[in-house]
Amino acid sequence: MSGAEQSADDRGTLAAVWEQDAVKLTALVSGLFAAYVVGGLLLSYGLRQQLNELAQLSFFIAVFAMLALALNLHWGYTGLFNIGVIGFMGIGIYTTAILSKGATLTEPAAGTTGGFGLPLWIGIIGGVVAAGLFGGLVALPALRLRADYFAIVTVGLSEVVRFTLLEQSLQQGQVLGYWVGLGGGSGLLLDFDPVDRLLGAFGLLESYTRFSERTGEAIGIGSNPKPVFDGILYGLVLLVFLVGFYVLLTRVGSSPYGRVLKAIREDEDATKALGKDTDRFKIKAFVIGCALMGLGGILLYASQGAITPNAFRPRITFFVWIALIIGGAGSNTGSVMGGAIFAAVLYQGPIFFSNVIEGSFEIDAVNTFAQAVGPLAAADPVPLLAYTVDNIGQLRFVIMGLVLIYLMHNRPEGILGHRKETASTIPLGRRRAKTGGSPPATDGGEENRGVDGE
Amino acid sequence: MGVSDSYERGREFLIEDPIRAALVIVFVVLALDLVRQLAVGQTQFSEFGVLLKDGLMRGLFFGLAGIGLSMTYSILNFANFAHGDLITGGAFGGVAATYVIAGGFGTEAALGSLLLVGAGGSVFGAALGIGVATSPLAVLAGVVVAAVASIALALIIDRFVYKPIRDRSGITLLITSIGVAFALRYLIVFVFGPGRRGVTDPSGIPSVAVPVIDGTVNVDLHEVSLLVVAVVLMLGLHFLLQRTRLGKAMRAMADNEDLARITGIPTERVVRFTWIIGAGLAGVAGYMFVLWNETLHWFQFWSLLLPVFAAVILGGIGSVYGAIAGGLVIGFVMSLSVVWIPGGLSRAAAFLIMIAVLLVRPEGIFAGRSTA
Amino acid sequence: MSTVSDTEVDDVVDTNAPAEDVEIEEPEAQDSDVERAAKHTPSAIPLRVEGLRKEFGGIVAVDEASFEITEGTLTGLIGPNGAGKSTTFNCITGVHEPTAGQVQFNGEDITGLSPDRIANRGLVRTFQIARELEEMTVMENMMLAPKGQRGESLWRSVLPFVRRSVSEQEEEILERCWEMLEFFEIDHLADEYAGNLSGGQRKLLELARALLTEPTVLLLDEPFAGVNPSLEERLLGHIHDLRDDGYTFLIVEHDMDLIMQNCERVIVMHQGRVLTEGPPAEIKRNEDVIEAYLGGEVE
Repeated sequence: MSGAEQSADDRGTLAAVWEQDAVKLTALVSGLFAAYVVGGLLLSYGLRQQLNELAQLSFFIAVFAMLALALNLHWGYTGLFNIGVIGFMGIGIYTTAILSKGATLTEPAAGTTGGFGLPLWIGIIGGVVAAGLFGGLVALPALRLRADYFAIVTVGLSEVVRFTLLEQSLQQGQVLGYWVGLGGGSGLLLDFDPVDRLLGAFGLLESYTRFSERTGEAIGIGSNPKPVFDGILYGLVLLVFLVGFYVLLTRVGSSPYGRVLKAIREDEDATKALGKDTDRFKIKAFVIGCALMGLGGILLYASQGAITPNAFRPRITFFVWIALIIGGAGSNTGSVMGGAIFAAVLYQGPIFFSNVIEGSFEIDAVNTFAQAVGPLAAADPVPLLAYTVDNIGQLRFVIMGLVLIYLMHNRPEGILGHRKETASTIPLGRRRAKTGGSPPATDGGEENRGVDGE
Repeated sequence: MGVSDSYERGREFLIEDPIRAALVIVFVVLALDLVRQLAVGQTQFSEFGVLLKDGLMRGLFFGLAGIGLSMTYSILNFANFAHGDLITGGAFGGVAATYVIAGGFGTEAALGSLLLVGAGGSVFGAALGIGVATSPLAVLAGVVVAAVASIALALIIDRFVYKPIRDRSGITLLITSIGVAFALRYLIVFVFGPGRRGVTDPSGIPSVAVPVIDGTVNVDLHEVSLLVVAVVLMLGLHFLLQRTRLGKAMRAMADNEDLARITGIPTERVVRFTWIIGAGLAGVAGYMFVLWNETLHWFQFWSLLLPVFAAVILGGIGSVYGAIAGGLVIGFVMSLSVVWIPGGLSRAAAFLIMIAVLLVRPEGIFAGRSTA
Repeated sequence: MSTVSDTEVDDVVDTNAPAEDVEIEEPEAQDSDVERAAKHTPSAIPLRVEGLRKEFGGIVAVDEASFEITEGTLTGLIGPNGAGKSTTFNCITGVHEPTAGQVQFNGEDITGLSPDRIANRGLVRTFQIARELEEMTVMENMMLAPKGQRGESLWRSVLPFVRRSVSEQEEEILERCWEMLEFFEIDHLADEYAGNLSGGQRKLLELARALLTEPTVLLLDEPFAGVNPSLEERLLGHIHDLRDDGYTFLIVEHDMDLIMQNCERVIVMHQGRVLTEGPPAEIKRNEDVIEAYLGGEVE
């Protein structure tokens, strides 16, 4: 460590730390991908299926990691107990949908209400801004509340958002001549394909289509290879967004601004007594976090083809919370890890695992728990196992709940344990340069000040 | 002077108690409008009667279920997000017992199907003729089992989940309770399946048509049962809290846990009884609600948890009577709001009231004091 | 400076009388204005409290308290439990809004301003139970305090290029923090979590942190509670040094002897009122004070 520091200038030290985290993250994500590839091989998946699986994995890893990062700004840094994440996600994607769906100027048939026909990038910005504004609206009165009251207010509001989206009378109407609306219980069809729009914006759509067809043929993934490449491309785009989230929030965290946020989390009164206008810091942090959650929601749902209000239940908020707590609240690197582990192991993992089992063994699943448990009396555990595998979709949520309980009991600080992510733009090591803020003396200036006193 | 005095007093009322003032104003305006609507026939008296009755039924449930939530919130100092799923668990237990008894212990249908409350559509409540009138014993057993199952669940969860971390912050416990809620809810799906089932025989519920001015309001036996059970339990609880040593200890604990410890009230014992009373009431309330509602499914009471929270917050956390009053208010708000706003937003209205109370007057609107 | 408000002490105050509405002055818009005001109107009386009154519900916690603090002195605020010392502190520093009365700082009315605004004017407090930011390192605690940090603007912290100016300022602040830690001889703890510090070390850190906000007057709430004797000695030494450098201190303390030995002036509060004030020698002889302490609690 000290050897590396000797030659390192001040940026170098920072970079070294960053590299360490980046290395860790890359290793984790590659490990997860490798596990899925091995699983796919066990299942003797074809190439097409393998690629689909990996695309989906990177999609979920990126989405949950982004959302966990945004939540970390709220809870990990500022101590704002937001359990209404899904509400902000919903506002984000619904705004995007309304702005960017195709314009409909005559009254549409039921369930096919239109939008304003704006370019998708405008819709995305609009969605992010709307989520942020809604956050500001919530923040202004609610920020002084106790953490548990704040939690109830936010979860309540996220449900109010869902009820509003469900509301019949807001299903559709005419605004400025356009037929728009929230679509009621049947939701909204998303008549835009984010991948196509992205490529189209760069004029690459045609060559991409040609490329995917040729390559698809060359590597033998069957007819209609474009969806496979779309999935991979979208997964990659989301990973790029994830890097953006990470860089942004790491910068926020390692700055005087982030320092004040941390201080608010620890003791708001003491922070005020040091002359910090804590309300201003909290509102900004909350709005930024909500805007990022909105963006997360947009990225999660934009490629789904349709959105319905009942997808926006508090459950998803709790997914993000579990991801954050796995990684450790307060750490951006931990948030990404938590998101990745949650997505790969807890969210997708059990289903993938049950696919592996079902693919490897011939089992006839029974329909009810009674039929599964009954044979236990005759010492036949197979029906129960089969039932378990068959119902892994539900069982994984039980596992998630148990994991959350376990973590709160045994590792409330997350799997990475206590991490020092220094809230400063510079390393806070000792330097001996007494004058001038210019680069420090290099002659042994970076003496390592360890904890030697206590 | 007199004018400015009353102006001053009005101003003070508005400033010092804005939420109560706002509520009073809103209430008066709505009441006047309701009178107008009834007078011009925009809303029929009988329609209004039905709404009122539904509001009362819901309100009784919210109140009964809220008592437990309120007590754990103040005595154990955390918002228990698993309370709804605890009720669901108890309700499934109770209805399973009812099925087994009404199904003749396996003579009418496979015992497994009965135990699983007809998972996968294997047996239906209507076929078993379930109802207070048609199968009173089965229902009675169901009530008892629902209470016992809820209590057992609560005590087991407390022993293994909450007790080891009781000294941690309320936030830690709250997050843990979210984990409990998840595990419990999906364990219920895992065992009982995801189906929404009709659990009663609708044709076997006697009812009377009560004439009102411009029509009738049907009141059936299950509604009367819910009312009677709720009132009896509330009176019983009142007696317990006011007359018994245990009740007094619980009230003291709700007020100030440290104080209670110092004065030598056996805390763990009080904690245990808090769970027993809270979960027992909630279990019975859940079962009676299922009978009234005629359906049962796995996230039924999870989705009713927020209105219960609303009731508790409205009544003031820690106040048993507040929870009952808050429950009735939320019940009436949810059912009567359809007179003015679209039905889909009635729950939203209840939540917005809860949020407003939290923002302006987090100690609740019914009482200044926090306890019982 | 002789006794200020003894005259009102015996008056029975009608609690039902309508409270005077306190005019809240708009605070200065700019920090620089404040600083200028502080520099160019050197005041012998930086802190003046007049007729301060605070009620909670119907209970009067502080009752017409008035006193002044002279620049460059150590003033002790003592009184039996429940005398209203902490409430007075909270009213001065903006934690509570006084029911009536005025707090003047450097000649300006600061009554009812928010705690952060008051702190930014140079009136900074510490807490009875040291409020360290436990999950932050000692150095992070220190770096938090300085005023006017460019990086406290979100955008400057995030945007490339601009962030460089933040780093530059941080280098300067870091240097100041190291010096301050050295002055208090806790520099070896810089990388330690504040939560791992001993009670006395926390008090040192809190004082060091408060000084980094560049205050002119420091309000210390029981700075010696839970501090072992040798650290107490050190802390007292620091306070005396700082006083000699021109800082002004108001100290709430339970330990009578400590106050009597170290403060130039002592204010005694009893049942929400200022009972008397004066030099320690005078206070020691004051019958009312003895009465208040003996009558107030059995020790």
